[in-house]
Amino acid sequence: MANKNNEALKQPLWLNNPVVVQILGICSALAVTAKLEPAIVMGLSVTIIVAMSNVIISLLRNTIPNRIRIIVQLVVVAALVTIVSEILKAFAYDVSVQLSVYIGLIITNCILMGRLEAFAMQNKPWDSFLDGIGNGLGYALILVIVAFVRELLGSGELMGFKIIPDWCYAHGYMNNGLMLMPPMALILVGCIIWYHRAKNPDLQEK
Amino acid sequence: MATKEFKCKVCGYVHKGDKAPDSCPVCQAPASEFEEIKPAKKGLNTNSNAYTIIYAAVMVIIVAFLLVFVSQVLKDRQDANVKNDTRKQILSALNITDVQDVAATYAEYIKGDFLMAENGKPSEQVDEADFKTSDKYKQELAAGRRHIFVAEVNGERKFIIPMNGLGLWGPIWGYIALNEDRNTIYGTYFSHSGETPGLGGEIATQYFQDRFIGKNVVKDETVALTVTKFGKAADEQFEVDGITAATMTSNGVNAMIKTVLAEYMPFLTKACCKGHEGGCEGGDCCEAEQTECDGDHAECDGDHANCDKHNK
Repeated sequence: MANKNNEALKQPLWLNNPVVVQILGICSALAVTAKLEPAIVMGLSVTIIVAMSNVIISLLRNTIPNRIRIIVQLVVVAALVTIVSEILKAFAYDVSVQLSVYIGLIITNCILMGRLEAFAMQNKPWDSFLDGIGNGLGYALILVIVAFVRELLGSGELMGFKIIPDWCYAHGYMNNGLMLMPPMALILVGCIIWYHRAKNPDLQEK
Repeated sequence: MATKEFKCKVCGYVHKGDKAPDSCPVCQAPASEFEEIKPAKKGLNTNSNAYTIIYAAVMVIIVAFLLVFVSQVLKDRQDANVKNDTRKQILSALNITDVQDVAATYAEYIKGDFLMAENGKPSEQVDEADFKTSDKYKQELAAGRRHIFVAEVNGERKFIIPMNGLGLWGPIWGYIALNEDRNTIYGTYFSHSGETPGLGGEIATQYFQDRFIGKNVVKDETVALTVTKFGKAADEQFEVDGITAATMTSNGVNAMIKTVLAEYMPFLTKACCKGHEGGCEGGDCCEAEQTECDGDHAECDGDHANCDKHNK
């Protein structure tokens, strides 16, 4: 049992990563990775929401009518996101201002629906909780890697602090504006997938 | 239910009765091969239409009540946060950042929220509770109510004008603080709800906002202050560099400044003082009227009614 739980938690971090293997949540991975800070906050919020909605759906899994299960999942996720955003507005206003549209974007994040449908509908609450945490962190990991590269090369900063020293600029170094554009995130995710497949040959498609 | 159902594990034959038959009539398997078919849990068929409809209805009602409850419980806190945030933004236009106690600092610097009269005079003092969100100013402007915040920093009078406009992806807003001459920019604040981080989102950063300081706004009764493409700002007095690769957002800021400040032209050009240059001795008749109105600007007829109600 403990072993299986560990698997639920660890698998999605790398071997079965939601972004690079399941190819879920790509849309938001493009939108929030121009800077490191929103990427981290988005990753954490998604982790919390996936875990919570996984538990709720897992508790309800035997009562949900099959024909409207997607709608039920959607309502649970939307209600959770709304509540979290209201709580943030009341108790952590600065964070909620920073997140602005991203918090609403969580509802449309495919990872949520994907995990609810694929895992929480069949598994017990605790397993589902671990699965949610694992997938959320796996998502956050990719976001952070992409955002790290994009912010460093695109703005010469990390978390808003200058990293590239001034003498580099004086000698003709320039920030790569392309890095800040959404297509670059897709290319970086592509590179990560490339590396990932090279390391895990059994995932390669023939 | 008296009748139970038993299913033969070998051939699938279903027997109805109180207990399993001695042997299966189809495959002759012994009674031990029969198992009881339990009716669906609690007698509920989760696939029936009635169940589905009731489930959906109950779920929606529960969620609706939950959301209303959360929203009602947190509303006061949220409103207070929004109001404090607005105050913070206004203070930020005065280059006062890192404020600990927002309400106290706001009360210290901001003397009042006035509405501009037709002749450009900040005359009617409105209740501070009138403003809640930045969005509000748009409606106020459309309704012809032009807010001017009067502030005092280090003994000097500053005027702050709230602005609303459109960026590339959504609303942008800001505050522009002017010196007493109503022309030189003392400080600005811009923010946005969804501009691209690192590109258009940069309008919310200090370095962009600082580019405006010291620039002038009005030339020949038009808004001459312009946000240009990056590196194209030639006129030291009126032009400000935009942001590289964020031309659309920079244009949005430019359009916002032009349209909103044009509405304030009577105030910026002191229209109410027109025609009596040198006649306004003993104080500026375009000055915002506060409680200590001494009524000594007799030449400024027409607006005196406003003074009387402050003469308590």
